[in-house]
Amino acid sequence: MALRLSLLMIVAALFALSVLIGPAGLSLGDTLRALLLGQGEAATLVMREIRLPRAILAVLVGASLGLSGAAMQGFLRNPLAEPGLIGVSGSAALGAVIVLQAGLAATWWLALPLAALTGALLSVLLILLLAGPRGSSLTLILAGIAISALAGAMTTLVLNLSPNPFAASEVVFWMMGSLSDRSFDHVWIALPFMMIGWALLLSLGRPLDVLTLGEDAAATMGVATGRVRMVLVLGIASCVGAATAVAGAIGFVGLVVPHILRPFVGARPSALLWASALGGAAMVLAADLAVRLVLPDRDLKLGVLMAIIGAPFFLHLIYKTRGELR
Amino acid sequence: MTLLSLENLTVRRGECPVVDHVTLSIGAKECVGLIGPNGAGKTTLMRAALGLETFSGTSSLARLNAVARAQAAAFLPQARQIAWPMEVETLVALGRVPHLPRGAQPGAVDRAAIDDAIHRLGLDGFRHRIATQLSGGEQGRVLIARALAQQTPLLLADEPIAGLDPAQQIATMQVFSALAEEGRAVLVSLHDLGLAARHCTRLILMHQGRVVADGAPAEVLTAELMAKVYGISIWRQDSPLGPVLQPMGVL
Repeated sequence: MALRLSLLMIVAALFALSVLIGPAGLSLGDTLRALLLGQGEAATLVMREIRLPRAILAVLVGASLGLSGAAMQGFLRNPLAEPGLIGVSGSAALGAVIVLQAGLAATWWLALPLAALTGALLSVLLILLLAGPRGSSLTLILAGIAISALAGAMTTLVLNLSPNPFAASEVVFWMMGSLSDRSFDHVWIALPFMMIGWALLLSLGRPLDVLTLGEDAAATMGVATGRVRMVLVLGIASCVGAATAVAGAIGFVGLVVPHILRPFVGARPSALLWASALGGAAMVLAADLAVRLVLPDRDLKLGVLMAIIGAPFFLHLIYKTRGELR
Repeated sequence: MTLLSLENLTVRRGECPVVDHVTLSIGAKECVGLIGPNGAGKTTLMRAALGLETFSGTSSLARLNAVARAQAAAFLPQARQIAWPMEVETLVALGRVPHLPRGAQPGAVDRAAIDDAIHRLGLDGFRHRIATQLSGGEQGRVLIARALAQQTPLLLADEPIAGLDPAQQIATMQVFSALAEEGRAVLVSLHDLGLAARHCTRLILMHQGRVVADGAPAEVLTAELMAKVYGISIWRQDSPLGPVLQPMGVL
């Protein structure tokens, strides 16, 4: 409870900073007046149409990725699992890349997120076909790896055959993941899917706790393991598919956040779900702030920064706990 | 009262039946030992009885829905899995999950069941230790306590005493026979014939998927059956301290 409250406060503080800090160089009074009262035309536009949706998206994307990571690790009983494992993010990226390459993204802004969501949906159908109610966790992982590899190969193929270097560089930049130049339209398109995903994943708390004892024990403790797997796949697909659709590929959040927070919740998978959602939101907000503060004029990409900070931090964690990992 | 009844239960791996037309029933107040050589079908029998394997025939437990089954029988799998570094008490408390309505927190009854299970396994001093940092045998006892906390009429335990020290093996078997005396029932697979002779009220001997003997320990642990099924010779004596059985040599 205390942890949830402190995470909530961190998220609130970072959210406030994210709204208040930016290249427009507005004073604190101006930003608040613009945001709350709509005073000052340019400032209101900046606040309400640029900074606010960006901060909200950071929260939504971070919460979705953190929650998905905690659910995935809990289900597979493996701290190395991450939401990208079932191939949803790769497939969503493929959908987006095809649209970018075809030039559709420039003519209709909805084309890109919709194509990404379609990619995610197709990969889910494929994975359910392969690792449906009668499959096992291992089939799920293997199918996910195969789908990721296929989506990765197709993405590279698109780049490979690209006749237009500008389109190719646009694709490469999009794949790095970013929250810049997003609007409330992006919030509205991602939010319904994410809310469905959150509801599905948060309903898994108890089954994930019981799965600590293994699938056999869980099955004899009232947990329908096949149903849990379906709910998990659909929940992660909604969350990660929507996150990738609006922010591109952002790694490490789903892997690192549950890992950091696990000791604080006594390692209980159910408690970790909520904590990781808040932790993920805080992490993406912080990274998005850093992107704007470190190199404001070079358009540093969120996914790049996340990996640059995330990977060494993860190494440090592994170094610290290497004796405890068995 | 019958807590488990199996009729013509058969499990096949391809063509080969690993559990072959097993018919048996277990009633209250029984501490049933399931014995037999490696590969006799003990684990598969338990898993099929719980509906974890595809089988033909009938099992009274497999007919129930998941929650009703979890309230009728607890299962302790052979593989001791504790995925996360959780506290012993939290792990044992997982046994109460089948009894809690959705979203409900453990109440007084649940606390009592958890305390009772921890106490029976002698884990009072381990309550707040991290389970994954305990020794293998201690983890085994934590998991037994979890199954006890489920407080089901029937407990199925697959080799629960493997890897425990002699004192803990005896203590665990005493916990099981105490459960039977209290009106519950236990089906426990084990390889220690001496402990089976002393602590079980009934033994079921399996060989190549079939039940070859089912009855009081004295009727099952005969020199002929032990020679036929295990290929061993035994020394058996009724002492003032109870029956003593020692495997002597391989035939």
